[in-house]
Amino acid sequence: MADSKISVEQVRHVARLARLELSAADETALQANLSEILQYIDQLNRLDTSAVAPTAQVGEAGTPMRDDVIANRPDPEAMLANAPARAGHLFKVPRIIE
Amino acid sequence: MTSELNRMTIAEARDGLARRDFSAIELTRACLEQIKLVDPKINAFITVCAHEALEQAAAADRRLAAGDAPALCGIPLAIKDIYATRGVRTTCASKMLENFVPPFDATVIARLREAGAVFIGKANMDEFAMGSSTENSAFGATRNPHNVERVPGGSSGGSAAAVAADECLGALGTDTGGSIRLPAAFCGVAGIKPTYSRVSRYGVIAYASSLDQVGPFAKTVRDAAILLRTLAGHDPHDSTCSARPVPDYEAALTGDVRGMRIGVPKEYFGAGMEPQVETAIRAALASYERLGATLVEISLPHTEYAIAAYYIVATAEASANLARYDGIRYGLRVEADNTGELYNRTRAAGFGAEVKRRIMLGAFVLSAGYYDAYYLKGQKVRTLIRGDFDRAFARCDVIATPVAPTTAFKIGEKMADPLQMYLSDIFTISVNLAGLPGLSIPCGFDSDGLPIGLQLIGAPFAEETILRAGDAFERTGAITRRAAIL
Repeated sequence: MADSKISVEQVRHVARLARLELSAADETALQANLSEILQYIDQLNRLDTSAVAPTAQVGEAGTPMRDDVIANRPDPEAMLANAPARAGHLFKVPRIIE
Repeated sequence: MTSELNRMTIAEARDGLARRDFSAIELTRACLEQIKLVDPKINAFITVCAHEALEQAAAADRRLAAGDAPALCGIPLAIKDIYATRGVRTTCASKMLENFVPPFDATVIARLREAGAVFIGKANMDEFAMGSSTENSAFGATRNPHNVERVPGGSSGGSAAAVAADECLGALGTDTGGSIRLPAAFCGVAGIKPTYSRVSRYGVIAYASSLDQVGPFAKTVRDAAILLRTLAGHDPHDSTCSARPVPDYEAALTGDVRGMRIGVPKEYFGAGMEPQVETAIRAALASYERLGATLVEISLPHTEYAIAAYYIVATAEASANLARYDGIRYGLRVEADNTGELYNRTRAAGFGAEVKRRIMLGAFVLSAGYYDAYYLKGQKVRTLIRGDFDRAFARCDVIATPVAPTTAFKIGEKMADPLQMYLSDIFTISVNLAGLPGLSIPCGFDSDGLPIGLQLIGAPFAEETILRAGDAFERTGAITRRAAIL
């Protein structure tokens, strides 16, 4: 990669934001892949979009409102059945406060 | 006779079941036998639901006997493993969800259940629907039934391969950048991505929410129309889902395309296209002229920017959607002394390389200092791409293009080069950015016997028009061929 669009430090910073533990090999590979992809994406700069509005959604539904009423009562056992660790009817996590 | 039941179309099976020529149990058994026979060669399924399917088939037979058969009574379908299926493991082809058993059904799964469908199994896919070849699966790649050295396309490759291999009568996929249309083309079956908001996504594991759409695969356009009628419609659980009434798509298949204006975008025929693909597409266009349609040359000038815009928008949304996989409430957990380390290690162990790549790219384009240069830019280019289609549909009723510039590529060919893999979707991805419906139908074969797909794009909610056009072409003479492994 002659002209890296993204440094290893940036890769590490983004990995922290994305909550991903990366090995040294991951970092090197991602730096190369992301640089190549970002370089490709740079072709968008050929377009003058200063007067163009962004599109975030293409649907027609808008933002429908509904009454704030309880529509279902899930069984706690069913909700906890996939928990990797639990204590009674609670999800178990590592100690947060010493 | 019985051994051939799995080869039937949905329309044929529906009539045969209604006449009691055979039972739903016999039909389901025929599909399960076929899976036993051919799935070791193509790996279209992550989970085969033999027991549940036979129970559903027995229930269907009772309803058929009682004369109370709903639209898809006894029809065996493959379900992409991205749909939440109550009580049946739903992995999204990821180690992250290897043992996840949803406590609820996706809305479309509930609708299919109500319509009497039989769920034969959960189909293989690219992990979290990220890929164009179904090689990014934690459960091994799916292979193309027309040539097992080739990919089936992705990300819904298991669904397409299962239909092409007669392991089921139809299937569900999802399409965020071409994930129904590309595998349909590579496997020689029909597949439709409906208009954004036409079908509920509740219970569909999210990839990029402003682009994701649900759709069916089938052996014929008519079957796709039958399936879409059950899938489509308003759902209070998906706030993006349209309240428009659902037409009888099958009734739209009149075979008549006289006077239909078919737009042919010049940007879709150029460098990088295999000559045999272009020949097949041009021949299909000539067929439409013979049927009384008119060809109109159109321009979609921002086509070349679609992939770049997509990989900003889609990955940004993915980085947010996939933040939920943190090892706390469900899915994989890698233990650690504190929650931060637990998140980091769980996500490192649970996600495959392509998923990590897209999460990283998405987090980067949204990060401080880069948001305007990338994310906002991508959204603006999305506006330009939509504008291209708006202008084009003032001059035509349907846009016809190739689905892909090539036929199915070799297993492994693009795995080392993510950008080359992304470029496989060059002709399908604009349709997602613009939120339009797109149909992929087989229109020929190359000299190696690999299928070629024709894409028919419609204006918003013009599913009836593209289905009518697809069906009319299908009637001119079947452009299908039994898959080589059969």
